[in-house]
Amino acid sequence: MNQYSEAFTAFNKDAESGWLKSQRIAAFARFEHLGFPTPNVERWKYTDTKALARRNFTLKRDYDLKAARELLNSRDLQLDAYRLVLVNGVYAPELSDLDAMQDAVVIEPLSEALDKELELTCGMMGRLAGIDVDVFTAMNFAFAGEGAVIRLGNNQQLKKPLLLVYLSTASETPVMSHPRVLLAAGSNSEMQLVEYFVGAEDAGNFTNRVLEGVLERNAQLRHTLLQSGSDNEWWVGRVQIEQKRDSRYTCHHMNLGGKLVRDDLVADLNGEGAESSFSGLLFGRNRQHLDIHSLVNHNAPLTNSFENYKAILNDRARGVFNGKVIVKRDSQKINAQQSNANLLLSDQAEIDTKPELEIYADDVKCSHGATTGQLDETALFYLRARGINETLARGLLTLAFANEVIDQLPIPEIYRLVETTVAGQLPQQVELELD
Amino acid sequence: MASEEMEQLVRKEYKQGFVTDIESDTLPPGLDEGVIRHISAMKKEPEWLLEWRLEAFRHWQTMQDPQAWAHLSYPKIDYQAISYYSAPGAKNKDAPKSLDEVDPKLLETFEKLGIPLHERAALAGVAVDAVFDSVSVGTTFKAKLAEAGVIFCSISEALQEHPELVRQYLGTVVPPTDNYYAALNSAVFTDGSFVFVPKDVTCPMELSTYFRINAANTGQFERTLIICEERAQVSYLEGCTAPMRDENQLHAAVVELVALDDAYIKYSTVQNWYPGDEEGKGGIYNFVTKRGDCRGDRAKISWTQVETGSAITWKYPSCVLRGKDSVGEFYSVAVTNNFQQADTGTKMIHLGEGSRSTIISKGISAGRSNQSYRGLVKILPGAKNARNFTQCDSLLLGDKCGAHTFPYQEIGNASAQVEHEATTSKIGEDQLFYCMQRGISEEDAVNMIVNGFCKDVFKELPMEFAVEAEALLNVTLEGAVG
Repeated sequence: MNQYSEAFTAFNKDAESGWLKSQRIAAFARFEHLGFPTPNVERWKYTDTKALARRNFTLKRDYDLKAARELLNSRDLQLDAYRLVLVNGVYAPELSDLDAMQDAVVIEPLSEALDKELELTCGMMGRLAGIDVDVFTAMNFAFAGEGAVIRLGNNQQLKKPLLLVYLSTASETPVMSHPRVLLAAGSNSEMQLVEYFVGAEDAGNFTNRVLEGVLERNAQLRHTLLQSGSDNEWWVGRVQIEQKRDSRYTCHHMNLGGKLVRDDLVADLNGEGAESSFSGLLFGRNRQHLDIHSLVNHNAPLTNSFENYKAILNDRARGVFNGKVIVKRDSQKINAQQSNANLLLSDQAEIDTKPELEIYADDVKCSHGATTGQLDETALFYLRARGINETLARGLLTLAFANEVIDQLPIPEIYRLVETTVAGQLPQQVELELD
Repeated sequence: MASEEMEQLVRKEYKQGFVTDIESDTLPPGLDEGVIRHISAMKKEPEWLLEWRLEAFRHWQTMQDPQAWAHLSYPKIDYQAISYYSAPGAKNKDAPKSLDEVDPKLLETFEKLGIPLHERAALAGVAVDAVFDSVSVGTTFKAKLAEAGVIFCSISEALQEHPELVRQYLGTVVPPTDNYYAALNSAVFTDGSFVFVPKDVTCPMELSTYFRINAANTGQFERTLIICEERAQVSYLEGCTAPMRDENQLHAAVVELVALDDAYIKYSTVQNWYPGDEEGKGGIYNFVTKRGDCRGDRAKISWTQVETGSAITWKYPSCVLRGKDSVGEFYSVAVTNNFQQADTGTKMIHLGEGSRSTIISKGISAGRSNQSYRGLVKILPGAKNARNFTQCDSLLLGDKCGAHTFPYQEIGNASAQVEHEATTSKIGEDQLFYCMQRGISEEDAVNMIVNGFCKDVFKELPMEFAVEAEALLNVTLEGAVG
């Protein structure tokens, strides 16, 4: 805890006094009070943060441009998009591309927004992801200063997807970063957001990202998160979305590895006709630990939510899925479907799943299903009977299992990247013909 | 259907609400080591059991009330305000030796509850070990059971007559340190049933016990222990009703089942404790730990429960599937009405290779009640080819009740196959319309649909219990419908 205390003092001392400074102090006090969660806390029952708490991380204010450029070039998505790049949590203008932004749309790094429009930016901050939400959210708030601000005017359609790249490069000591993304989508607006987390091998960094956003009436947001870390990467993320009437939030979460990955996803459906749909893939190997928690609050009648999560676990990897749907009293005519399917490829792999429903209204259609199993022997036999060797057959079936979720990915470049990641790192190499 | 109508229909009176006026030999409220020594001395228990109780008590004092995690809300229980021992028949300290010696008022009580001891015993061939508060008042058909080698008696009696057998198994399934209420029970349990079925014996009749809480302010802490040796079989029925009281009463029982190789234990419960009145005043707190241990290969334990009563139910009948190819089953119907709360479900712990478990849970909430299914399916790495199927369905009657599902699955084995599905819905308008169109009244139609909803569980109940359960369901939801 000491290291955080020192880092925080150094971080906050130059800040101008005002709302933000005092909020940061409150947030840090909250974090110190709560400490790293233990498995006694129900929401952290299956994820132990002891090892994370023992680590030392430093906070960076600059970055090595050469290393960052190299990493980015080697793992580039080749996507035609607006681009905002953070290197170890610090905005890198040289790598970003935010020029020629259309009117009535503001996309800027959080550090700049805090300089230019302090009040407006602070008004967006902590509204949904305040310091009481979770200890990591409080920690993020304490170190809030970098990230992105996205404001979409009414009736605006973002012409190109927005790509947020979080680079995590190797330095002498592991680095921690606490980026925060603030999003306000006006009514009838539409945008596609892609978050891409790229880590250098053996960087051992800790990323703690918070995204909070409000979707006004009939706004549409398509959100793709692609996170793939090496075996020593620590990653914690939280998304908090508030949805007004008839708005639609679609999100694709691809958590493809890390030493410890914890992804929290919360949608508040506050207006009639709002709809959320989540799909996600956990892909773990070696001794990785991947944990996804989703929560949908049906606070208004006539709201829908759909969730489809899959996990593939190999070696000694451990996966955790916790999906929760809460239907508030008087939120009638709800349709909430949740499904979770898990594939264990090794006897040492483990999955802990808990699809929960909490329902206080009677005119609802809510269901959830969870299955865990191994590859279907009859399907395997079918393939073998047609002359496909066992290795290839297993690989194909594993990929097919994942494909149900990957197929939904809206951008072909990302689809391909995920497919090759999953296929390439499967125990049996599958040669894929792409295009 | 309008919710007002439904509310009207939901109202019904507790038919078993009466108090038997009988002198009780009751300890003053409070709990300390002295009380435990007193209980133990009154029951002439062996020294080791007293030590065991005291150890449990000392551990209990270090534990925390598990109020925090369950989806329940109730005021903090003052454990010092409860009397921990109550025995009927202060006039005659010695326990009755036969039914003729039993206080006629007691028998009358059972009569009112519809459990005519003699008749039922004679007609249905069921041996009834009726527990009135804490002391066993009458046991029938003992001789017939003894002939088969089956021991069926109260646990106090078993402690006198078969102390080694009790010592061998007591607390091996639910250790005294298991949880808060199990520790409390271990410290202060006063009576309960004991069943021992030796090797190769199929119990010649269904065993049944009626528990009944009578004296006011008495917590009832029974302890039941059922052991089936190799290839033995037994079906055990447990039914509960309680009279109307204003204060909440605590009921913290422990049930332990042990099944050795190829043994089969079927444990059925119909629980109809007093649920409190329409304002949610009074009612029983039912905090029960039930666990079965399939110790042997191919052993099978099956839990069936129909829970219609109690203000609060906190109950998770579980199976530890240790043996190879052992089988665990859980069939449950839980009905809550008015202000009742239930947090119930099961745990299936798979340790043995090829172990299988099935969970079918049906929850019906009406009025302002809240109900949760909380279940755990844990597959350990050694449980190769383990299999689980879980289905939990909830039916909501009215718009002020709640139905919740908290299924935990911890799977540490690639060859395991685990499935879970859950649905929540209300009675379909079209289903109702269909029935009513054919001349069936609304209430009958709802009863029919609800009974159909519970059919998967009722068919698991022994015959006469199934009839009773269906009747009970209809009574509980009398008018709940619309």
